[in-house]
Amino acid sequence: MEIKPGSRFKSAVCDAEVMVVKAGGEGELTCGGVPMVAEAPAERADGEASQMHGCVIGKRYINQAESIEILCIKSGDGSLYFGGEELMTKDTKKLPSTD
Amino acid sequence: MNISLLLQMAAEACPDRRALTHLGHDYTYSELYDAARHAAKIFADSGCRYVSLLDTSSPAVPIALMGAAMAGLPYVPINYRLSEAQVRDLIARVEPVYLIISDEFGHRYHLKGHLEERHEFLGKVLRQHPIEFEAAADPSAVAVQLFTSGTTGAPKAALLRNEHLVSYILGSVDFMGAEHTEATLVSVPPYHIAGISAVMSAIYSCRRLVQLPDFKPSTWLELCLEEHVTNAFVVPTMLTRIIDEMEASQFDPADLHRLVSVAYGGGKMPVPVIRKALQLLPHVNFTNAYGLTETSSTITLLDPDDHRSAHDTADDAVRARLASVGRPLPTVEVEIRDEDGRVLGPGERGEIYVRGPQVSGEYEGRSVLDSEGWFPTRDAGYLDDAGYLFLSGRADDVIVRGGENISPGEIEDLLHHHPAILDAAAVGMPSDVLPLAVALAVVLRQGQEITGGELEDHIRIHLRSSRVPESIRFVEELPYNETGKLLRRVVREWFAD
Repeated sequence: MEIKPGSRFKSAVCDAEVMVVKAGGEGELTCGGVPMVAEAPAERADGEASQMHGCVIGKRYINQAESIEILCIKSGDGSLYFGGEELMTKDTKKLPSTD
Repeated sequence: MNISLLLQMAAEACPDRRALTHLGHDYTYSELYDAARHAAKIFADSGCRYVSLLDTSSPAVPIALMGAAMAGLPYVPINYRLSEAQVRDLIARVEPVYLIISDEFGHRYHLKGHLEERHEFLGKVLRQHPIEFEAAADPSAVAVQLFTSGTTGAPKAALLRNEHLVSYILGSVDFMGAEHTEATLVSVPPYHIAGISAVMSAIYSCRRLVQLPDFKPSTWLELCLEEHVTNAFVVPTMLTRIIDEMEASQFDPADLHRLVSVAYGGGKMPVPVIRKALQLLPHVNFTNAYGLTETSSTITLLDPDDHRSAHDTADDAVRARLASVGRPLPTVEVEIRDEDGRVLGPGERGEIYVRGPQVSGEYEGRSVLDSEGWFPTRDAGYLDDAGYLFLSGRADDVIVRGGENISPGEIEDLLHHHPAILDAAAVGMPSDVLPLAVALAVVLRQGQEITGGELEDHIRIHLRSSRVPESIRFVEELPYNETGKLLRRVVREWFAD
């Protein structure tokens, strides 16, 4: 699968859906230990128990190097990984509403 | 990365929450999302290349904006205050167009093409069986095309691509950051960038959008009470009129206890007005937002804490910041450059350049970004030691007199503080003696008097002799457009003869 800004992927193990905000580096995007896919399979795969901590709609997820940024657009039970590295939520400064 | 994703997420996370209130009618996020998908299908099936809207604010605004983006077509809201000829010219530039228009404007302008009356459009898309529609995937598709006000020439078509608008929203708004009790009152017209960003921010934060189609200060205050409004965005002239109305009608500010946040922008806010607003509404958090159409709205902001500290302190540098537009968003860079492109230091005045993922800097057919992605705003200004940005007007408005650059803003700021003066505008005028001279138009407060000679002395004492106007005119009012922009071109014409 090609990971580029705007690409959308679904989890093979849960309800999660993500959109790629920023892409870079080689690696596979997984959710619950299973590669994410463009179209959800008819039958769900079993997630890896150690990678089932969930992802939350509206949160942005990045790797340590900040080479990749993923927006979760639908919550799910699986955790997001890229190239074997668990992605963490990006802390953003809270801004007052300007419009 | 399509802006319709913002609505899709809101509809996913809180389908039954109220998304929009228009003239007392409510619409939920799922209703808007369903309607946007129907709209997308209608737009795609029409064979049109653009979706346009010639109308005041209504539910058709978010539905057409999101529906057009889903269909991969640019959404082009048109200024309904233009003349018939001007509107026809703009429409001709976006054909073939699916044009949503109210009856009122339909009768006023005699337009040809694919016209759809607003109520009929809404009838086709609201409360229908949900359908699927695959949103266009290309993040670089143009989502919004806005015609600039064209104060100096033919209106330019500024292009905002999905990626610019999504970057702005993701970088500045917390998804579902609002409580279900929050509501934001939007009174800027739909063809203004602030009207577009207000729709997207409200949707992504899941804050109910309350539309005020035709701004009147009394209606604004009534809606605040009726709709339990917590947030609002206004242009400076609106805030001035709201405060005047509160005083004239003896409106009790305590009645606005639900209002926690007011953002303003779109023009220069006179310092006495914001000072008065801070006094009158001490519980309100004020935010000054500076941005341009070409930058997808806000690029710098002066936050509520900045307002409070500038209001309360005796420190001159901090007090002065009430006149600034604050500091850049975390995702935006700002530089001040001189005419040769040299980057200037704190306190040095020059042209403001900005860079960031939300900055489009593109007009139909050409980008004005430099090779490193910087956008020349044509606004003049400077940064203070702490990085606060101060505007001194459009770069084109600077009055060059005998080799000296005079910013109209410094003269106007001085006069705004004068007790006899309600408003003032300084412009350049052709002079026999020097290349350009300062001309001044002044509006006096009711019952106040001041002579031209006294004004000249006042300016000479507080500024410099080069700032003293060669010609002064006392007028009833200054020409502003409906979004609070002073029309300097019109003021200059007063002095041309």
